[in-house]
Amino acid sequence: MFSEFLQYLFTGITIGATYALIALGFTLIYNASHVINFAQGEFLMVGGMATVSLTAMGVPMLLAVVLAVILAGVLGIALQRLAIAPAKNADVVTLIIITIGASIFIRGLAQLVWGKEYHVMANFSSDEPIQVFGAVLNTQSLWVLGVGAILVAVLVYFFTRTLTGKAILATSMNKDAARLVGIRTQVVLMLAFMVSALLGSIAGIVVAPITFTSYDIGIILGLKGFVAAAIGGLGSGMGAVVGGLALGVVEAMAAGYLSSDYKDAVAFSMILLVLFFLPRGLFGAKVVERV
Amino acid sequence: MAQLSQFRLKGLLILAIVIFAVPLFITNPFHYGLATQIALIAGAVVGLNLLVGFAGQISLGHAGFFGLGAYFSAITTSTYGWSAIPALVVGAIGVAIIAWVVGRPILRLKGHYLSMATLAVGFIIAIILNNEREITGGPDGMPVVPFDVFGWELSPFGQYTLFGMEISGDLAWYLFAGVILLVAVWLAQNLIDSPIGRALRSVHGSEVAASVVGVNTAKYKSLVFVISAVYASVMGALYAHYQGFVTPAIAGFDFSIILITMVVLGGMGSTIGVIIGAVVLELLPQLLADFQDMEMVLFGLILMLTMIFMPKGLLPTAANLLAKRRKKSAGGDV
Amino acid sequence: MTALVEVNNLSKAFGGVHAVEDVSFSVEAGQVYSVIGPNGAGKTTLFNLITGLYTPTSGDVKLNGESTVRLQPNELAERGMCRTFQQMQICMNMTAMENVMLGRHLTLKSNLLTTLFRLPALTRDEKAAREKATELMEFVGCGEYLNAEASAMSYGALKRLEIARALAAEPKIVLLDEPAAGLNAVETAALEELIRKIAAQGITVMLVEHDMKLVMGISDRLLVLNYGRVLAEGTPEQIRSNPDVIAAYLGG
Ligand SMILES: Nc1ncnc2c1ncn2[C@@H]1O[C@H](COP(=O)(O)OP(=O)(O)OP(=O)(O)O)[C@@H](O)[C@H]1O
Ligand SMILES: [Mg+2]
Repeated sequence: MFSEFLQYLFTGITIGATYALIALGFTLIYNASHVINFAQGEFLMVGGMATVSLTAMGVPMLLAVVLAVILAGVLGIALQRLAIAPAKNADVVTLIIITIGASIFIRGLAQLVWGKEYHVMANFSSDEPIQVFGAVLNTQSLWVLGVGAILVAVLVYFFTRTLTGKAILATSMNKDAARLVGIRTQVVLMLAFMVSALLGSIAGIVVAPITFTSYDIGIILGLKGFVAAAIGGLGSGMGAVVGGLALGVVEAMAAGYLSSDYKDAVAFSMILLVLFFLPRGLFGAKVVERV
Repeated sequence: MAQLSQFRLKGLLILAIVIFAVPLFITNPFHYGLATQIALIAGAVVGLNLLVGFAGQISLGHAGFFGLGAYFSAITTSTYGWSAIPALVVGAIGVAIIAWVVGRPILRLKGHYLSMATLAVGFIIAIILNNEREITGGPDGMPVVPFDVFGWELSPFGQYTLFGMEISGDLAWYLFAGVILLVAVWLAQNLIDSPIGRALRSVHGSEVAASVVGVNTAKYKSLVFVISAVYASVMGALYAHYQGFVTPAIAGFDFSIILITMVVLGGMGSTIGVIIGAVVLELLPQLLADFQDMEMVLFGLILMLTMIFMPKGLLPTAANLLAKRRKKSAGGDV
Repeated sequence: MTALVEVNNLSKAFGGVHAVEDVSFSVEAGQVYSVIGPNGAGKTTLFNLITGLYTPTSGDVKLNGESTVRLQPNELAERGMCRTFQQMQICMNMTAMENVMLGRHLTLKSNLLTTLFRLPALTRDEKAAREKATELMEFVGCGEYLNAEASAMSYGALKRLEIARALAAEPKIVLLDEPAAGLNAVETAALEELIRKIAAQGITVMLVEHDMKLVMGISDRLLVLNYGRVLAEGTPEQIRSNPDVIAAYLGG
């Protein structure tokens, strides 16, 4: 009984940590530009796929990871420069469609380069799972959680201690004021997309041994990240982490105790329920619209 | 407003001419099939445009309602032997009720939260259709009997006489879908150019302005959500009969995105524009199919570039260009 | 006799900012009642509270003796209250005429059926609404814009259009938030004339304005706000000679 519960919890927290990282990527871009980037999931796909194919070509793992992350970062910058920046005055829906177009484009490229098959990535360390109170904990899960925790810590440091991080925050609060104090908002936006892409690709790499990877995994992962970000309240970093973990755990419990066919339905019902009571998510800013 | 009413009739007339002229240019049954599909999907898009283009509310889950309508008709006619029209009507009423119940709370949400919620609704519907295998056939889908008008059958494979002329089932279905689209456009235009339509558009223009002159904005948002869901449901039902087969893909996220992209690409708030959007987006994959592996890349690229350079959509951008040119040449005359 | 609008100990706080604090006053039917005060004094917030856009932190507002703090703006419109905004709220996706016709919303009795099939009842209604809107646009001085898109109008004309829209609802009371802001002297004079004409029709007017000449000339009574609190209340003469007001506001 308990071991079963623990097993679901492990699964949930592992996948939840991934969702949290994706949600953080959404949050970053949302804060800097108020754009919901539907191509967010593609960064994970690119991270995972590039690492797999580079290692297959004989590149050492660590170097492959670094190259994959750089590739994603460049992609993030390109997305902002080439697709988002030129459309700055467009409607919310138009921007959504642009990022969807970008996501289809990236997916199409990935399919050209890497093909349509599923790819398997080896665990980073031992394949031997750890036994905890009768539940098995995959070593890769520890990697996901560890890397996730480090990334969150780095982000917190970045936004509270570094000038660049503070500039991004300032831009998100008030673009015009930020510009007035000399922050180059276009550079900040570019940075936000880049950091978000780095985050996504690292998440994609560490989770790849668990989920496998293929050119089209980005869609559903991206959407789950969006759900997690919305549960937490768009724009809240804390919300992204809590939302991601909560979503992962609820999903795993639903799959375990109810039916795996309906686990996604549970995830989407959860977001409806949250928004029903908290129209701006768990940690979303409460504002009275000015008129 | 005088302009609006004039435009209303002109648009409808042009659309009718185009619809009835198409058979003069195509003979191939495959092309009729495509044209029929486009007409039916365009009908759903005209409905979605009422919500997105006129009332300014996003829905990323509208295929859910299309799918519900399609499956309700599919199941009641094919499994339970209902006649098609009562099935379509009861399905539409059911979808209206569902849309009202879910629309009421989620339409309080704004911007991205609304897109999230509608996306979730669409997803839940698609998941149910996928998983209730006994009733829906699951991911493989289910066959659907041909459309019938109380026993008289309309099938793409039949032979019919119209005004003494022998016409094929393909052509008959195309004409039927064309007339349905015209009716859909006519109703939508009547709605827009009316007090109700003004209230809807004012929700987009300024929600506070609307509320202080007495518009119950929550009620109107729900109303237009329900109307657009009913459009989707009816078109979904006809689509199911026409195709003779339904799969859960027609309720899925991808199709929701296609529907809203048609609206935005064609031109939000322009009834004729969104039909152009539907035509373009349905034909594009056909044209790109020759590029095989490159299809997806090109599709994504074209979508991105069009939206970046014509954020207002194809028809409004073209209309603007035309107006500018006209102004210029008029200036030249003086 | 009860007042048309009665405000009792009304407060509204945004986080730590007490935008309106413990404000009480009443407006009799038929008056022109002005609210003045320096920038950020809480005038717009007060209007937003009265018209149901904000829910007060505490206190009460009564319209014709009925408490309205739980009502939505559209429910207040149904009870005869309408307004304009400091930050103009015009539907730029519609024509000027349609904006005014929107004001007729509550008087039009169309249902979905008459609308979808464009039955004669609807066409009749619409014709009447258009005539009324035309009349009002001419009344406020927007006669030249009868066929214009709202987005093609000048700032001053839009401000008048907003008033026409409010009047189209046939209100018992209109609240005008800084209608003269951004207008030149000629336009301001025309506005004063317009407000007088509105009042002469028996419509109660509540006004927020910075233009002292306009306010003092036109108002029956005034309320002076400062940092969200009532500094003074009374007739123009009383306000003009009130030492607190002179010190805090007029004397500057
Ligand atoms: N929606 C809101 N959220 C947060 N603070 C608000 C909001 N609306 C108003 N405030 C604050 O309340 C105070 C009063 O603002 P208000 O707009 O009512 O002043 P006002 O008297 O209308 O000023 P002005 O003459 O400049 O129009 C200000 O400090 C303002 O910043
Ligand atoms: Mg103000």
